[in-house]
Amino acid sequence: MSDLELQQATAVSAAAHAPARRRGRMPRTGTLVAGAFVLFLLAATVAPELVATQDPNAISPVDAFQSPSPAHWFGTDESGRDIYSRIVAGTATSLLIGVAATAIGLALGLVLGVLASFGGRIVDFGVNRLVEVLFAFPGLLLALLVIVVYGPGPVTATVAVGLSTAPGYARIIRGQLVSIRSSQYVEAARVLGRSPARILARHVLPNALIPIFVLATLGIGQAIVWAAALSYLGLGAQPPAAEWGAMLAAGRTYLATAWWMTVFPGLMIVGTTIATTVLGRALTRRGRGER
Amino acid sequence: MTNTLAPVLEVAQLHVGFDGTEVVHGLDLTIMPGECVAIVGESGSGKSVTARALLGMAGADSRTSAKRLRIGGLDLGAASEREWRRERGRRAGLILQDALGSLDPLRTVGREIEDPLRIHLRLPASERRARVLQLLADVGMPDPASAVRRRSGELSGGLRQRALIAAAIALDPPLLIADEPTTALDVTVQARILALLDEIRERGTGVLLISHDLAVVSRMADRILVMREGRIIEQGPTGAVLESPREDYTRSLIAAVPAEVPRGVRLSASPVRAATPPGALPTISSAPHPAHDPAIVATPLLELSHLTKTFTVPGGRFTAVDDVSLSLHRGETLGLVGESGSGKTTLARLALALTMPDSGSVSFDGEEWSALDERRRRPTRHRIGAIYQDPLGSFDPRWNVGRLLDDAVRGAREAGTNDISAGPTAPVVAALLDQVGLAASVAGRRPLTLSGGQRQRVAIARALAGSPELLICDEPVSALDVTIQAQILDLLDDIQRQRGLALLFISHDLGVVHHMADRVAVMQAGRIVESGDADAVFARPEHPYTARLVADSPRLPR
Amino acid sequence: MTPGSPTEQRRSFGGATLRRAGLLVAGAVFVLWAVATLTFFAIRLIPGDPAQAILGGPGSQASQEALDQVRSDYGLDQPLIVQYFAMLGRLLTGDLGTSYALKLPVADLLAAQLGGTLLLSALSLVLAWVLALGLAIWSTGRGRIASAVGEGIEITAAALPHFWLAAVLIAVFSVALDWLPPVGTGTPAGFVLPVVTLAIPLAGFLAQVMRDSLLDAMQQPFVMSARARGESAAGLRVRHTIRHASLPAISLSGWALGWLLSGAVVVETIFAMPGLGRTLLQAVTLRDIPVVTGVVLLVALVYVLMTVLTDLAARIADPRLRQESGR
Repeated sequence: MSDLELQQATAVSAAAHAPARRRGRMPRTGTLVAGAFVLFLLAATVAPELVATQDPNAISPVDAFQSPSPAHWFGTDESGRDIYSRIVAGTATSLLIGVAATAIGLALGLVLGVLASFGGRIVDFGVNRLVEVLFAFPGLLLALLVIVVYGPGPVTATVAVGLSTAPGYARIIRGQLVSIRSSQYVEAARVLGRSPARILARHVLPNALIPIFVLATLGIGQAIVWAAALSYLGLGAQPPAAEWGAMLAAGRTYLATAWWMTVFPGLMIVGTTIATTVLGRALTRRGRGER
Repeated sequence: MTNTLAPVLEVAQLHVGFDGTEVVHGLDLTIMPGECVAIVGESGSGKSVTARALLGMAGADSRTSAKRLRIGGLDLGAASEREWRRERGRRAGLILQDALGSLDPLRTVGREIEDPLRIHLRLPASERRARVLQLLADVGMPDPASAVRRRSGELSGGLRQRALIAAAIALDPPLLIADEPTTALDVTVQARILALLDEIRERGTGVLLISHDLAVVSRMADRILVMREGRIIEQGPTGAVLESPREDYTRSLIAAVPAEVPRGVRLSASPVRAATPPGALPTISSAPHPAHDPAIVATPLLELSHLTKTFTVPGGRFTAVDDVSLSLHRGETLGLVGESGSGKTTLARLALALTMPDSGSVSFDGEEWSALDERRRRPTRHRIGAIYQDPLGSFDPRWNVGRLLDDAVRGAREAGTNDISAGPTAPVVAALLDQVGLAASVAGRRPLTLSGGQRQRVAIARALAGSPELLICDEPVSALDVTIQAQILDLLDDIQRQRGLALLFISHDLGVVHHMADRVAVMQAGRIVESGDADAVFARPEHPYTARLVADSPRLPR
Repeated sequence: MTPGSPTEQRRSFGGATLRRAGLLVAGAVFVLWAVATLTFFAIRLIPGDPAQAILGGPGSQASQEALDQVRSDYGLDQPLIVQYFAMLGRLLTGDLGTSYALKLPVADLLAAQLGGTLLLSALSLVLAWVLALGLAIWSTGRGRIASAVGEGIEITAAALPHFWLAAVLIAVFSVALDWLPPVGTGTPAGFVLPVVTLAIPLAGFLAQVMRDSLLDAMQQPFVMSARARGESAAGLRVRHTIRHASLPAISLSGWALGWLLSGAVVVETIFAMPGLGRTLLQAVTLRDIPVVTGVVLLVALVYVLMTVLTDLAARIADPRLRQESGR
């Protein structure tokens, strides 16, 4: 079991346990709030200048270390820069890292999962052993190994996080493909005389891939957390950049005096993770014919 | 002595509702000691909710009220959860359908049976253990001393049900409520469990039996209550209800039981479907009814010869199908009966060439079938249709009914059948829906939103899309209510007649098979132990296993 | 139809568990070998001369003699395959090489750090279990609001990054309230914040799993029949549902420990505690290859051992798994 498998399992199970009365046309309140938050993040990514209140890089030593106020919603940092605006400016980087890492993990996972489920018994055995070995580098370990080899930096950190999520995706995708290939509707298609290629294109792939995109939604939040952790440890994006993890690292020194430098960037990470989880669960519920 | 007997259960005006929707509307019921009363109804009739409500367990979000609710003489109409808890197990025992799930899989059977003794009585542990052994012996558990250490997963279905009964009667309650106690069991096991319940009743316990199956309850109930949509619509002594039912619904329930209804006699009230106009469905205009042509009758359409199939299991190899030979002619129905695990489904998969035999062969229409390369078999596949127990699982969850049928029609066309003319598929889909008695509007719906009977109709329509000559039906009605089952059986019968289809009809239910089949084969542990004309086999079984199946099969007194 | 009669499955009962244990150990040895091999060759991908790195990087202007000396000391002048087998041979004797930066045997270095990290992880695992079980039990069977609150707490807890949670806890309990030390001194008080930091997100994950299986268990018919025998709500939980809820969480404990060891990198760094995690981070920053390799191998060893243990524990807790083995 990996975090991803855990996330998927609990999302599916939460959907199964969702109270039957909720099956109205309206999405749940939590889903709406999560959706609104993601819309805000997207706006901050596409047009940060519209969402921000100030120039994120405008240094103003007079305004340094101001606590949150109507002028500076989330306070200011050691150089007097507006933290809210820096968070908005950093959204694109942080989201990009999360999405890119997820895409890398998903792509690798797809290759491994498809190989395992279609490549015959020997390939399946080999891929399963490889995945098991990769699981023995738990969490950040694999990412740290990648960084040792290729040196720190935002690109390496993204690739590293992507790599460490790949075995989880591989195992889920393999499981999905195997269960669909042995499902009764695939058998029914065989009985109707459908060719393997057509069964693959019409039944197996669509039914396997749609839940995987839902899964990716669940995975983005975790990828952002991991990438931010690497930034925080000084192995990802470096402090002058307005990346959330790097902002947190910069705030570490001033924790005793300027708590807002730590709290708000962290809240964004937490909020993003919660939002992707809630949305992922809502999508899972929808996939099961509920809202 | 009889005049001093007080009823073990007295219920007046029982109402149960969920979220403001009432599902049981004013139920009255009295059970005397040593009496067995049955509530019979189809799914959604409120019978199981009633069983739970009688123990104050209808659910946290339910509202239960009754003018009177007395169990074993004690008034529990206004009992709190705490008071209920003190009386459950002591005044009434409950037996549920699913014995595997009804015993905690993590605990031993002994601990489960000991629970009521521990909860309600202050007994030393050694005495409790002795009582448990005695109870297991009472319910006919072989080797009670080792059974106490087993968990439910290690026992067979019948033994599990016995253990569950032992737990329910541990405190010798005056009332025993049995909710579908034998539904998941094979008929031979079912007969023994019913006999055990009858023994308990004879000792003076009042039994409330809840079932969907009139034939099962007719064996042991003194009185029958027919429940529909939360109301008792008819009640009376078993014989009277079965012989001269007053209500149409009761009559349709009785008529729907297929046992001993001769072949060709309709089970449901639905009219015979008129033949679809010629042209829309080309099979009808194809070859003349083959049964009239002796040359064709001579070669069987499907021939299984000396089929053997084994699977690898931890202890070695398990033989699922053991040297089975069968043949099926055009226009004929071959019934295959057997209990769970007898190899019926494996045989169906072999016939469909979904799995390959270890030895032996399958031929279709005089030509090699199982030995063929899948690529060469594919163009012929549309000539054999398959219908499964769980139609929902056989539909791609993303597709609606129209797309499912459209795909099947196109598939048959690509395979190059001459029968199906080119042109738009929509009229063919509409004709297929019409033939299985579904409205054209069903095409736009997803199978998930359809009822069980409608789903099975869609499955039949899909199987017909390729103009098959043979339909293989594996337990096609066992998940359906009796009245729906009757409609589906009638539909299969009509379609077979119109199209001259051959049917391989697989079921655990002797009554269903007897009603449907011309010839029947009885399967036990992978082997065909007896086969022949259906009426002859069921009237004069030769093999002892068949004889036991026939004797144990529930039927209505007629 | 499932092949295999119940009797046949029962016969291979005890033997199956033994065989399973043998398979697990063989699998564990394979995984460790593969981890060592993978790490060894991954390290060779590092651009630049390892001898340079040992002598302090390209900036150190080391002489050719010094480089040659280092190469022969560390066996770097041997062919790659010889180096590989030499490494495997050393591993079998417990020799993890010598740290580039500290010039000390890696095995000694790590042995000194292992205890603290294991203690930290074990305490966090226990706390996470207690928190998760408490939350799962509290939030089930109490209606929709408690259930929604439970789900919300779980999702939020699981979304908390260690580095941020640690910072917030320090800001509140050390800076503002001054109740607990902000650094992980060896004292019990110093352990509180690091353990809580590691435990809360893990508890979020575990609680999700436990609550789901608790809900599943509560819908099982055996709960209905137990109630029909007069079992109380508390009795139901103690004798039935909690055991069912614990099963998946037991199976997850291997994963959880791996997750905690990875989290220890962050937490030990923030709380300035000695341990494997902080050693690893320093080694990564300094590119001290033998130490990185050593920590990776050690973590893999702990993880693999834990996986074997949890697999066997799950079999003890759930008799159904013993029956299915060998399928």
